[in-house]
Amino acid sequence: MAEALGPAVRAHNLRKVYRVAEKEPGFADTLRHFVRRRYREVEAVRGVSFVIEPGEIVGFLGANGAGKTTTLKMLTGLIYPSGGELEVLGHVPYRREAAFLRQITLVMGNKQQLIWDLPVLDSLRINAAVYEIDPAEARRRTRAFAELLEIEDILTQPVRKLSLGQRMKAELMASLFHLPRLLFLDEPTLGLDVNAQAAVRRFLRDYRERYGATILLTSHYMADIEALAERVLVIHRGALLYDGGLGGLVERFAPFKEVRLELAAPAEPAELAGFGEVAEASGRRVRLLVTKEGLTRTVAELLSRFEVRDLSVTEPPLEDVIARVFSEGRV
Amino acid sequence: MRYLKLLTLFWQTSLAARMEYRTAFALAFLEAGLEAAGKLFGVYLFYANGFDLGGWRWQEALVVLGLASLLDAFFIGVFNPNLRRISEMVQDGTLDFVLLKPASSQFWVSVQQFAAEGVPFVLMSLGLLGYAGAVAGLDAAGWLRLGLGAAAALLLAYAVAFLFATTSIWFVKIFNVVYFLNTIVWTGQYPVQAYSRPFRLFMTFVLPVYFMTTAPAEVALARLPASWLLVVFAVAGGVLVLSRAFWRFALRFYASASS
Ligand SMILES: Nc1ncnc2c1ncn2[C@@H]1O[C@H](COP(=O)(O)OP(=O)(O)OP(=O)(O)O)[C@@H](O)[C@H]1O
Ligand SMILES: [Mg+2]
Repeated sequence: MAEALGPAVRAHNLRKVYRVAEKEPGFADTLRHFVRRRYREVEAVRGVSFVIEPGEIVGFLGANGAGKTTTLKMLTGLIYPSGGELEVLGHVPYRREAAFLRQITLVMGNKQQLIWDLPVLDSLRINAAVYEIDPAEARRRTRAFAELLEIEDILTQPVRKLSLGQRMKAELMASLFHLPRLLFLDEPTLGLDVNAQAAVRRFLRDYRERYGATILLTSHYMADIEALAERVLVIHRGALLYDGGLGGLVERFAPFKEVRLELAAPAEPAELAGFGEVAEASGRRVRLLVTKEGLTRTVAELLSRFEVRDLSVTEPPLEDVIARVFSEGRV
Repeated sequence: MRYLKLLTLFWQTSLAARMEYRTAFALAFLEAGLEAAGKLFGVYLFYANGFDLGGWRWQEALVVLGLASLLDAFFIGVFNPNLRRISEMVQDGTLDFVLLKPASSQFWVSVQQFAAEGVPFVLMSLGLLGYAGAVAGLDAAGWLRLGLGAAAALLLAYAVAFLFATTSIWFVKIFNVVYFLNTIVWTGQYPVQAYSRPFRLFMTFVLPVYFMTTAPAEVALARLPASWLLVVFAVAGGVLVLSRAFWRFALRFYASASS
């Protein structure tokens, strides 16, 4: 794999506006909709800029409808940007040159390329032909990937008879069969159980180590992001809110720690309110969010005020931090 | 070379996928065989007594019919299933995967599917063409002109159908148009001279059905000079180039169904 000069992805002021037809429910409006459509413009991505260097793993975070998938589709050349500049591996994605497509892949948790009625191996055969992988090498890759993903025994079953987790693993196998060096993963762990999620994460980490790939990944499971991403991009209503390390995200949007208490006797939420934000207070078990500066003083006060059985201080769960970012929409 | 290999793989897998459902496959094949035989019988009834159709002897008109049924067979076996698939792929967004492959997306979506039901019709139409050519008294050069003409006709029919199918990027559910087209092409089963003038003009310049059946037959039967083959190929090539350009243009508007 030749090293490309320059960044893997360079997006500047990237924009996408969709035109969607609007329709009210009901028959009268259905008729109106049929005869004369009203259109509305949806600004899915509004001026996003970022650079991804070769070898990085970047998590792409955002609430539903934030514009993550739309951005990935522009980066892979599936849809035309409405504005801005975009360069991926030195190519303009929407030209979809073969030299570009051979180096990338897009995995979508809710779409599949595998042929539904046939075994996984048949789909792999087609991919081997498209990417001109010789049969011996294709066999070697099949074996290696199947072993890593622990799906050796299902490769000869029709895809329609696989479980969701098995199918996703097979899908990954088909999508990475040509050893792309830039991976776009849109919710690759969607709907998987904890074990399968962990297996997919392990596989991706392994792949990246082996082939030095660059990865841009979206997921609503923070465990994925925490396990894989060194850097995150947070997108909110089409605009980039944050670009940096995971730690920095917590620092910036949640400058507080979580204090968990187990009290000897139940306390009223009102009594606790003065110490910090009460995240949970059910009888004797209490969760408080306390600012970092006031942490030692607050803990000392808590200890003197209540009879405390147990106390622990942790970083707040990433889910909470993200929820905060989205609910406040702060920049 | 790579494309030939891909084509083989596509048709193998498409066939295998259909054969997963054994009963349905067997029934469809049987039905196609019966229908092909039925069509042939209809032809026999119509042409057996001999007649004169717009200045064509029935043996000559049979060549035109043979070409029309060859096109029809390709619609059944290749064009219809693939072009219907395009609108399905636009609908569920799986066209994404085709666009991500380093191969011609037009090639991919045009030949990905293969319906074995088309095979009996192909056989029937080849039989019909063979018989028609023989009774019309074709010489070796005539057979060659017929073969080339048929190839050009298929290319042209494909290009026109693909042009229509491409609009599913905007209209999504459009494949009925392709069936409609299939019907229109059937109007080419008689020489255009048998039709009234306005319809003849329509069949020549709007939907170029004339170049799909009558013109290749005229060349094969030496009713037109052999150089007309070039015209037929030029028309086919022109529409083919147009269909490529239109496909690329349409993809600019592909929104990729949401996920
Ligand atoms: N093909 C489309 N046509 C019209 N509007 C679209 C289309 N795809 C997405 N949108 C709109 O664009 C916005 C961004 O959608 P997008 O799919 O990029 O969000 P997302 O961040 O991937 O969300 P999720 O987490 O739910 O997958 C949404 O408001 C959506 O309704
Ligand atoms: Mg999405």
